[in-house]
Amino acid sequence: MLKLLKGIWLVFLHAFTRPVTIQYPDVKPYLPPRWRGRIILSRDPDGEERCVGCYLCSVACPVDCIALQATEDEHGRRYPAWFRINFSRCIFCGYCEEACPTYAIQLTTDFEMSEYDRRNLVYEKEDLLISGTGKYPGYNFYRVSGVQIGGKDKGEAEHEASPIDLRSLMP
Amino acid sequence: MTGAFYLASLVAVVSTGLVITSLNAVHALLYLIVSFLGVAVVFFLLGAPFIAMLEIIIYAGAIMVLFVFVVMMLNLGRQAIEQESAWLMPRIWVGPSILSATLLVELLYLFGFGVLSQAGGIMGQAPKQVSVVLLGPYLIGVELASMLLLPGLVGAYHLGRDLRNEDA
Amino acid sequence: MNEVASRLPIIAGVLTMVVTLSALLIWLERRLLGFWQERYGPNRVGPFGLLQVVADMIKIFMKEDWVPPFADKAVFVIAPAVIIVTVLMSFAVVPFTPSIVVADLNVGLLFFLAMSSLSAYSVVLAGWASNNKYSLLGGLRASAQMLSYEVFMGLSLMGVVMLTGSFNLGDIVEAQRDLWFCIPQILGFIIFLIAGLAETKRIPFDIPEAEAELVAGFHTEYSGMKFGMFFVGEYLGIILISAMITVLFFGGWQGPWLPPAVWFWIKTFLFICLFILLRAALPRLRFDQLMTFGWKVMLPLALVNLAVTGALVLIGHPPK
Repeated sequence: MLKLLKGIWLVFLHAFTRPVTIQYPDVKPYLPPRWRGRIILSRDPDGEERCVGCYLCSVACPVDCIALQATEDEHGRRYPAWFRINFSRCIFCGYCEEACPTYAIQLTTDFEMSEYDRRNLVYEKEDLLISGTGKYPGYNFYRVSGVQIGGKDKGEAEHEASPIDLRSLMP
Repeated sequence: MTGAFYLASLVAVVSTGLVITSLNAVHALLYLIVSFLGVAVVFFLLGAPFIAMLEIIIYAGAIMVLFVFVVMMLNLGRQAIEQESAWLMPRIWVGPSILSATLLVELLYLFGFGVLSQAGGIMGQAPKQVSVVLLGPYLIGVELASMLLLPGLVGAYHLGRDLRNEDA
Repeated sequence: MNEVASRLPIIAGVLTMVVTLSALLIWLERRLLGFWQERYGPNRVGPFGLLQVVADMIKIFMKEDWVPPFADKAVFVIAPAVIIVTVLMSFAVVPFTPSIVVADLNVGLLFFLAMSSLSAYSVVLAGWASNNKYSLLGGLRASAQMLSYEVFMGLSLMGVVMLTGSFNLGDIVEAQRDLWFCIPQILGFIIFLIAGLAETKRIPFDIPEAEAELVAGFHTEYSGMKFGMFFVGEYLGIILISAMITVLFFGGWQGPWLPPAVWFWIKTFLFICLFILLRAALPRLRFDQLMTFGWKVMLPLALVNLAVTGALVLIGHPPK
């Protein structure tokens, strides 16, 4: 009986504490930079698409919400012909970001993406692609990797030794 | 006041009739409750508010709830309704209705000859007067009723005791 | 007829006030629960969220009013009306101030008990008419609970009646001019508070609608305004029990400086808040706990209270 009264009194005292509620539309909550929100596709510092169409994000996705078709331009640079994320399926797990070898796909702090029509939640490439670099400002995949494209031959990447001529490797 | 009296009596009589004729047991009980409420209003208008309130609390409020409770537990279905309608054949109800009609005629005869006309002049009965009368001249009746209720209480307790714990 | 006409404004006033308050109580309960759970509760619609009541009303009136095809239609429709009617009838005998009382009955207290015993039908019939096993279980629980708690609800009030010597609620308030009955009748007050909680089916005793076990108990099949009437009936019941506690144990309209009506509503409001606090703090009882508590603890206590009060009254005023 006394325990009950003590409980009632404790609950009553809570009337004088500040509510923990954040009044959301009026007060925006603090979101950490690594928040997993709306997915974007970023560009490298030169303004070219980072995505190389490797399908790793699509494979990593546990709910299969990412679909794309890789293609290649005249310089030998791979890029997605189309890229589609179905946000009505997406669970914002961030596996795609972890899988991406080129930092192209990134999760942002934006979560206000409600729609009245379910079909509007299917984002196409032009909806996903942003003009900036996202979380990794200086990174350019083709400049650090050994892949050969038009205008950048093998051995011309940063910290890359020039290719060895096998025929000159005589003992 | 007279109009209210006749209205309440009419409600009581009609609902009592419906208690007998309705096929669904729960509906019959509901009509019985309405009948009790009508009787309570009649008591009230005759100047016995204490009895009126007891009528509602004890009969309409407590006993009928138990009746409804039991009928709900029985889960009477379509068969019960068919059986009820079979029981409402003239062969079944003609005997009781002749007997009741005889009583009704007798009552009307007494009313007509003014034998019972003093009944209209009942004084208002406050709760205090009722209790003084109950615990004064009619004390033996109250005691007898309580002695009747006590075995009922003991019997109910005996039937409802927890057998599993008694063995242990 | 002239007397009836002179009472009509009082009846209309009491009816309007009580129904408006019960609607506001929906907002009050949600706000207070919010504060006790460290959140805000409804605060978006209108100032302090007060217009939430209006929004809820509009919503509930626009809902489809559906009667299930397997239900007993007449009883299904009557059941929600019964609770509203009985509770509103009880307000007829509550003395708000010395002059504002709809019916100054000399058996006012008994009238209140009679109406509260009739309100049990609403739940029982709703449970039966829905023709649904969860509803039926809710109805069965409700009938057993209300029947057993009515017994000592009435007994707990008899101490007050003995001290006053009258069933008239106005006389009971007048008799508390020197000392509120909550002090000599502290046991009666506690028993009546608990029985009142059980009568209104509020949270420690809300097993007839226990949503964790019975979906929604007796009102599982109800929708639209019929469901709304059960809701309003519950809030009207809270106001009624709070008002009765005020009248019977806390001196009704009596108090210094302020006008009588203000005192009455201050006291009633505090008890309404207490009801909501109990909802915020206490868990639901199990059914056997409820019955054991009722018959083995509360009933003997009520009888002891009755016997002791009777003895003390006899010592104080021996019969001539």
